[in-house]
Amino acid sequence: MTEAATIPSALDRYEVVIGLEVHAQLLTRSKMFCPCPADYTSAAPNENTCPVCLGLPGVLPVINQQAVEYTVRTALALHCDIPPFTKFDRKNYFYPDLPKGYQISQYDLPLSINGHLEFPVGGETVRCGITRVHLEEDTGTMHHAGDVLQSAMSSLIDLNRCGVPLMEIVGEPDLRAPEAAREYLVRLRQILTYIGVNDGNLEQGSFRCDANISLRPRGAQELGVKVEVKNMNSFRAVQRALESEIERQTSVLDAGGTLVQETRGWVEAHGRTISQRSKEQAHDYRYFPEPDLPPLRLDAAFVERVRATLPELPEARAHRFQEQYGLTAYDAAVLTDTREEADTYEALVGAGVPAKLAANWQSGDVAALANEHRMPLQHSGLGVEGLASLLRLVDSGAINGPTAKELLAELYVAGGNPEALVRDRGLAQVSDTAELTALVDAAIAANPAAAADFRAGKQQALGQLMRSVKEATGGKADMPLVNRLLRDRLSEQ
Amino acid sequence: MPRTISELGIALRDGSTTPRALLAEALAHVERSDKDLNAYLTVTRELAEQQAAAAVHMLEDHPETASPLCGIPMALKDVLCVDGIETTAGSKMLRGFKPPYTGTAVQRLFDAGAVCIGKTNCDEFAMGSSTENSAYGPVGNPWDIERVPGGSSGGSAATVAAGSVPYSLGTDTGGSIRQPAALSGVVGFKPTYGRISRYGLIAFASSLDQIGPFTRTVEDCALVYSAIAGHDPRDSTSDPRAVDDPLASLRAGVAGMRLGIPREYLGEGTEPGVRAAVEAAFRVLEAQGATLQDVSLPSTDVALSVYYIIAPAECSSNLARYDGVRFGNRVERASLTDMYLQTREAGFGNEVKRRIMLGTYALSSGYYDAYYRQAQKVRTLVSQEFDGVFKEVDAIVCPTSPSVAFPMGSRDDPLSMYMCDVVTLPANLAGVPGISVPCGFVDGLPVGLQVIAPRFEDSRVLRVAHAYEQATSFHTVLSPYASEAA
Ligand SMILES: [Zn+2]
Repeated sequence: MTEAATIPSALDRYEVVIGLEVHAQLLTRSKMFCPCPADYTSAAPNENTCPVCLGLPGVLPVINQQAVEYTVRTALALHCDIPPFTKFDRKNYFYPDLPKGYQISQYDLPLSINGHLEFPVGGETVRCGITRVHLEEDTGTMHHAGDVLQSAMSSLIDLNRCGVPLMEIVGEPDLRAPEAAREYLVRLRQILTYIGVNDGNLEQGSFRCDANISLRPRGAQELGVKVEVKNMNSFRAVQRALESEIERQTSVLDAGGTLVQETRGWVEAHGRTISQRSKEQAHDYRYFPEPDLPPLRLDAAFVERVRATLPELPEARAHRFQEQYGLTAYDAAVLTDTREEADTYEALVGAGVPAKLAANWQSGDVAALANEHRMPLQHSGLGVEGLASLLRLVDSGAINGPTAKELLAELYVAGGNPEALVRDRGLAQVSDTAELTALVDAAIAANPAAAADFRAGKQQALGQLMRSVKEATGGKADMPLVNRLLRDRLSEQ
Repeated sequence: MPRTISELGIALRDGSTTPRALLAEALAHVERSDKDLNAYLTVTRELAEQQAAAAVHMLEDHPETASPLCGIPMALKDVLCVDGIETTAGSKMLRGFKPPYTGTAVQRLFDAGAVCIGKTNCDEFAMGSSTENSAYGPVGNPWDIERVPGGSSGGSAATVAAGSVPYSLGTDTGGSIRQPAALSGVVGFKPTYGRISRYGLIAFASSLDQIGPFTRTVEDCALVYSAIAGHDPRDSTSDPRAVDDPLASLRAGVAGMRLGIPREYLGEGTEPGVRAAVEAAFRVLEAQGATLQDVSLPSTDVALSVYYIIAPAECSSNLARYDGVRFGNRVERASLTDMYLQTREAGFGNEVKRRIMLGTYALSSGYYDAYYRQAQKVRTLVSQEFDGVFKEVDAIVCPTSPSVAFPMGSRDDPLSMYMCDVVTLPANLAGVPGISVPCGFVDGLPVGLQVIAPRFEDSRVLRVAHAYEQATSFHTVLSPYASEAA
């Protein structure tokens, strides 16, 4: 049986309950508790470390205020409450990537609670509760000579990532399908990148997701046995892992078996999850209040100051784009997908490009080029201003569409001033009626058969005549005008 | 006789001695005395010579503005990190460990021109009351080397009592400065929690640890305290408010002051000789114009239990970093788990293991509420009782230790050892400042008087202690090792 066939029938009998935990690294300059740079990807191993993040004897943590601010910003974007009193706790366990033998995290009094996230799934809006958003520190990374630590002959530790500020966003078990889980993550990542606190990179692990999933017979009140799924490095992996888990759990339940509470890892290559740790093997983290850090008191004035730094969020911006620029819901969603995209759009419109024209070009040819060159418009040779001046030339009729397309492709890579280029290369659109009328007459004279066909009712015969005029102008003719002139001339006789 | 910081400061400025001469004297004294005492784990001759040379310039260039500590030898408990100097915390676990940084309090002394001659012996990771838990052998009490100097800062107490250096730094988590000061016949001061940065102090129990000085006199104590106190951005638990100058009020006396005697601190466990010496001290303070009255701290009996939940809980977490992965001792084993187990088995002594186990248990799921949470509640109660008492009196006076120095090996069960700190550890739980000053002898062994004041009233502690000291002469009586040096 295939997955696709299994899941719908499983969903007839069982209700799927999914809750997601997301760990997102914060884009702060320095680490959570020391002055080391938080950028761990571009440094040599163990270069960005100091006595504090190495956990040397005698050192003490100092809270990164920017990380607190970013977490509050996130909490506000997720409609959370910010309690006036919050504290840090120690989560104790031994592992070589955790130098202190404990992670400074937050246990019973997190920085924020009781939020929610709304997102579309299959045309409907789903709301998922956010239990809490709290702040902690990331661990180091390990490189094993072998697959896993247990069987490795040796392991190397890089502590550059150790102490990077990490936000944990815990969602309520409100999700009912793998697709909803995926859309939740898409929207969450969109918001985090919008508000500038996270770069949303699942592959590099700056945005990581664990899922809790259980099944219960439809109509049942109590939750089924919960399984935690880890190691999912893409949105697709999350959806596939959950689908595979539903299939596995369904077959166990259908066979009259019982599930065990455990942690399972997604193995992309095999397309299934494997058991990693049972409930009995679960750590007792021995949480207790971090005695090296006094509790944080976040007063209302601070929270309001952070709220003032919140940009317009994607959903609201998409609504406004529809209202203000007359865009379709689809176009508005595409153009507000990222904050950069939306900023670019508004910059184009602000530079005098008509709203509809800007939308078509940005989401069409420009998006294709960005994809092709793996380079966003802002970093391309053309830039946002260059695109605006190119589109103004289109709008004013100075150049025609095909010319604009060619120029766009060239300038995107090489850069340059569109107006100067049009002038220097004589690319200006030929839209002089007298000049074009002469060319139209010449085309009819040179293609009598096509002209006759058109007059006899064959619409497609017009194409040959259009091409003829286009060629005669070196492709610069105002083609809508040529079309009108041809039709007029051919209907005269 | 060995001179005080104040006296040496004058001698350095009138040209009758030099930093190098003082250093040579101190090193020679250690050379002579430490075979008996074992107060030093490391003698930092090279560092001291560099610092003495720097002090010479500071005194020549700015004799008036140079710190009173400039050019004067001193020693540091081996839980205080010094850049490039082996720092073991009295443990095999850290044998050979050289921190790449210097802690804040120590750096402040170095900046003032202090000359560090060595790192002193202590109970392993500051856990103990006799310095017998050091992995590097016990410390002899300069008054009787068959007896302990107290602990955990026993080496720092002994070296001042022996007259090798006029001052040293120790740390006090449950009495580890005050108790050895009492048993060794010197002044030992634990300031208010938050007054001295803990950055660079190898943690035992973070919410209780505090750095403080050992000196011969209360005035010297005020000098060292002034040099190291104050906010440190590297320690979030250090208090931001300004430190008042204890020297300004040091000589104000106790006339008109109300002093409280907590009857719980003079319970049945108090040795008769200690009781007699301390009660005589009360009469001296009365004669100085203070009014003495009984006060009550009813939670004293449970404070010991609370302490032995909170301190081990924090220690079980603080000592998790000694895993053999990055520094210190490592026992090579094929698997990670075995490496952890064997490294910690070999590196830690019994008392440290006992406290890690106690603390791990107290924090474990299912026991947290019954132990740790309950202990925190009682800790708040202990603190509130101090607040209440300080509404009635300006300071508390009491014994520092229920006993005088005891023979090595005589307290081999942990509980009787834990009882050593029964009158000192409540001050750590409440975060209040406390000092011990010499107040007499029992069969030739020193007794200490403890003075405790409200949080941030460190100057008041020093003022009361100074008034008592100046009215008596116990601080001028020298141990045999110090007399020899004279
Ligand atoms: Zn660092």
